[in-house]
Amino acid sequence: MALAAAVRRGMQAQLWGGLLQSQLRGLASSAQLQQSAAAAAAAAEASPAAASPAGPPEAAGRTVKMNLCAAVNDALHIAMAEDSRTLCFGEDVGFGGVFMCSRGLQERFGRDRVFNTPLSEQGIVGFAIGAAAEGFRPVAEIQFADYIFPAFDQITNEAAKYRYRSGAAYNVGGLTIRAPYGAVGHGGHYHSQSPEAFFTHIPGVKVVMPSGPREAKGLLLASIREPDPVIFFEAKMLYRTAVEEVPEGDYEIPLGQARTVQQGSDITLVGWGQQVRVLELAAKEVQDQDKISCEILDLRTLLPWDADAVEASVRKTGRLLVSHEAPITSGFGAEVVSTIADRCFWSLEAPPARVCGYDTPFPLVFEPLYLPTARRVAEAIRRTVTAT
Amino acid sequence: MYLLRRMEITSDMLYKAKAIRGFCHLYDGQEAVVVGMEAALEKTDSVITSYRDHATHVMRGGSVLEVFAELMGRVDGASKGKGGSMHLYRRQANFFGGQGIVGAQTPLGAGLALAHQYNQDGGVAVTLYGDGAANQGQLFEAFNMAALWDLPCIFVCENNHYGMGTAEWRAAKSPSYFTRGDYMPGMQCDGMDVLAVRQAFAFAKKHALEKGPMILEVDTYRYHGHSMSDPGSTYRSRDEISSIRQKRDPLEHARKLLLDGGLAEVSDIKAIERDVKKQIDEGLGQAKASPHPPMEDLWANIWKAPLGAEMRGIDSSHKQRLPQ
Repeated sequence: MALAAAVRRGMQAQLWGGLLQSQLRGLASSAQLQQSAAAAAAAAEASPAAASPAGPPEAAGRTVKMNLCAAVNDALHIAMAEDSRTLCFGEDVGFGGVFMCSRGLQERFGRDRVFNTPLSEQGIVGFAIGAAAEGFRPVAEIQFADYIFPAFDQITNEAAKYRYRSGAAYNVGGLTIRAPYGAVGHGGHYHSQSPEAFFTHIPGVKVVMPSGPREAKGLLLASIREPDPVIFFEAKMLYRTAVEEVPEGDYEIPLGQARTVQQGSDITLVGWGQQVRVLELAAKEVQDQDKISCEILDLRTLLPWDADAVEASVRKTGRLLVSHEAPITSGFGAEVVSTIADRCFWSLEAPPARVCGYDTPFPLVFEPLYLPTARRVAEAIRRTVTAT
Repeated sequence: MYLLRRMEITSDMLYKAKAIRGFCHLYDGQEAVVVGMEAALEKTDSVITSYRDHATHVMRGGSVLEVFAELMGRVDGASKGKGGSMHLYRRQANFFGGQGIVGAQTPLGAGLALAHQYNQDGGVAVTLYGDGAANQGQLFEAFNMAALWDLPCIFVCENNHYGMGTAEWRAAKSPSYFTRGDYMPGMQCDGMDVLAVRQAFAFAKKHALEKGPMILEVDTYRYHGHSMSDPGSTYRSRDEISSIRQKRDPLEHARKLLLDGGLAEVSDIKAIERDVKKQIDEGLGQAKASPHPPMEDLWANIWKAPLGAEMRGIDSSHKQRLPQ
């Protein structure tokens, strides 16, 4: 077992050195393999970090300014280049996509791997599930998260249950579904929704929501390589507006692990996606005006979510506030609050707070009223911190 | 048709001036379809369409004020400012709107037809969709139900040849949309010729009432891109667009018929155009003066009876307890 694992690691290490898969298969039956396996095993013992296929962002070379759509594009290029079974399809992805996230892919990898689909979300996802069941790594794009609902049956009843119902004979782990979500200022009912909560209720899939370009590239690479179907929601408002230093090389950010955005002592703020920036703004306001010290956690993955990290933080601060754009009732904040109330009841100094969208359809002209803005979050922080 | 054309051009200018935000899908080039359609229908027939609905609303008796005000999110709009460009409705004319999700209106259309059949009121349901929506699964579910139960439904495929930026032959194995009903008959007509459209709809209505549902594919073209965010020139050539404008423009065709047939003088046409410009200016002026909907409307009409809630404004100085 240890040798097989070392061989796999060695093969993967060589892959990043540029060998083609076919060459690797040839190698597998040759004596060379014994030597490289031994070498890889030795390397693995020496430095475990180097043995994994892609390291953390810090180890991925120099950084370049990228916005969110460039970071997503970069991740897609890397994923497509490393494995010829990676496909990228959806409505209009061929010319680069409506947000330019798939730019350059068709030119580089060809039409049989990067192609447009007709306007049929259920068909797109079902088709992707079939390809994944055959061992491909389809990255299916749903043009706006608001349109994902015709595919909801396929995701819930096919993708999520394939491994389970076949006793692991089959799985669709290669599947990744990408969809832009979230308020954009003028999106109205059907170009602004945050439907993540629906998908966290499905055992068998994973749900990932990056909060910025650097996060997105690492999380997307991890999601594509994850041996489970992943639904990856990208904050469309951040596509152009969020610009960060993003490492040029290959790196991953592990799923299921929250990020501490800033440390603090008075209250734990939990968010994901573009709401993390709102939390940062609110935290700054209450720090400057009220000397309240906020700890901010970016969940990154909602299913499975890092409850341990939130628990540890709330044990320290004694207070919790969760915030998301999606309507408050049965939003993912409800899950966070109830789990933390269970784990941290005796550590809590105040009732956990949720600052979310109201229970209305996402409105058109009323968007500024509807959104959980930094001002609303700041007020809720003050209320929670001063509560006795 | 001239009124519709000027309304859409004005909407384009309003959008570029940022008086309209959000999404705006213009209908210029396709005017003959709704004008010909209404000439063959009654207001007791039901109509349901996609998001490209400004002209449909006006032809169902709506006013230019209602369209402009709705686009600008004002309270005098067709949906009281809550729907926007994609959601214009007119209950008194059985116009079931403007839908945002592509193809979602087609099963609804079959349901509207069921109501007509059940009530035996001699009306039909006209369900409009585009060449992009023609590949949606729910459309075929609607076809099957309508045909199975002989519902008086006319499925109208407004084929403007591009589903957003995708040409029809790239999205559909068979772009002969009038044949996609398989067991359900279909007919194709020149959507740039208002008289041909009228004849086609008259035939279709008779067929739907006497024999059962059918598909009517109208061959048409939109000059603008898919929406105001789309220049419309990255997936088709400017030559193609200007060629259609020169050779097949519906307004030019109608003008020519009127003048060549001696049915109108140039001065009559000029009078119509002046009158239309006046109507547009008036409607626009009124729309600009119309207020935004009150904040309480954020919560209005989610369910029939409001469940009662407290809402706060952008800052905490305003709180509102909403009706129970």
